[in-house]
Amino acid sequence: MTWTLPAPPTTRVFTARGPLSAALLDALQGAGTSAGAAGLAAQAVAAATDVIRDDDIQLSLFALYASVYGSVAEFDAAREWDPELIEARRLLEDPFEVALRGLVPMPALPEPSQSAVASALFALTSADAGPSLSRHLAKKATREQAREFLIQRSIYTLREADPHSWAIPRLHGRAKAALVEIQADEYGGGRPDRVHAEIFAKAMRGAELDDRYAGYVDAVPAITLCSLNMMSMFGVNRRLAGAIVGHLAAFEMTSSIPNRLYGDGLRRLGFGEDVTDYFDEHVEADAVHEQIAGRDLAGALAEDQPELLADIMFGAAACLTVDGLVGAHLLEAWQRGESSLRAPGVLA
Amino acid sequence: MKPARATISPYPDGPLLVRGDVEIVSSDGTPIPLRRRTVALCRCGLSTIKPFCDGTHKVAGFRAD
Repeated sequence: MTWTLPAPPTTRVFTARGPLSAALLDALQGAGTSAGAAGLAAQAVAAATDVIRDDDIQLSLFALYASVYGSVAEFDAAREWDPELIEARRLLEDPFEVALRGLVPMPALPEPSQSAVASALFALTSADAGPSLSRHLAKKATREQAREFLIQRSIYTLREADPHSWAIPRLHGRAKAALVEIQADEYGGGRPDRVHAEIFAKAMRGAELDDRYAGYVDAVPAITLCSLNMMSMFGVNRRLAGAIVGHLAAFEMTSSIPNRLYGDGLRRLGFGEDVTDYFDEHVEADAVHEQIAGRDLAGALAEDQPELLADIMFGAAACLTVDGLVGAHLLEAWQRGESSLRAPGVLA
Repeated sequence: MKPARATISPYPDGPLLVRGDVEIVSSDGTPIPLRRRTVALCRCGLSTIKPFCDGTHKVAGFRAD
């Protein structure tokens, strides 16, 4: 008898956006040598006017991190620790971090106590003003804009929670327990169908979109890749553990209410429960997570390791700043009557 | 081994977090399904998903004390 095996996880390898990403995509797939990658990385950085919005650099970082996550099946696992590729990544990460620290307004530092840090994070995330993507989705967005929004979100959300999981072995005691409490819920609490990334994949299918990871990389701008790359950089580098914790706290604290609005908007546009489930789930889930993240994770970490306080606050502010840039990109494109995608044809 | 008792923790100016083996029932005794191990119960009265918290206390300026 013959067995029908389930299809392996498939991805679509994306298109280079410059000489560096071209060389890296070849090397990561095992199709080309990694020799010269570091030199190309240095050249890309020297030529870039804005590392945060540079397509070649952000796609290169995305690919290098995808190799570490194992999120792109076509990438050869043997290249994960290739010294030339690691060097190239460092050459990109250093100016990327410098650019972020220059861009992000640094909040005042609270006392390194659990209560003061939680309060400061709630205050910081509540003060976040500016045009609201979630209000636009709730009241005004068209069906096509809602599908673009899902595409933009898919770059992170089809791997939701993974960037923050890198911090688990770097934390100790109560902060570790708090992070695992959040992540266990993100990963479905033992139920594969409730893994948040899977619920999002169901939303993609429900909106007649490709749910394969990286299926829409070619369609999204550098700033969308930057948002995930920032999380990945904070996550994979142990020295930035404070920043990934602060990022998670801010992410959770700006989630429940926007997700309610996203869910309302998607219902208004006639999408079914398969699409709205992800957003409805996050109204309840993130109202729990934000409490744990503020007090038991970030607050406890600052109390236990006060030397991480500044990076906790930086990571939180960086989340707000960069996600604000992504939201502004979408809203500004739509206000001009344009698509927010690089390749609007994917929606056809 | 006896399971640890459930805990209910008030979070400052926020919800009550419930951890452990509990059953939550409505006023007529109907069990309310719990969809996660740790749940947050509304303390400000304004949640749209009561008895659970939806974060609305933050925009309402709820103060616990």
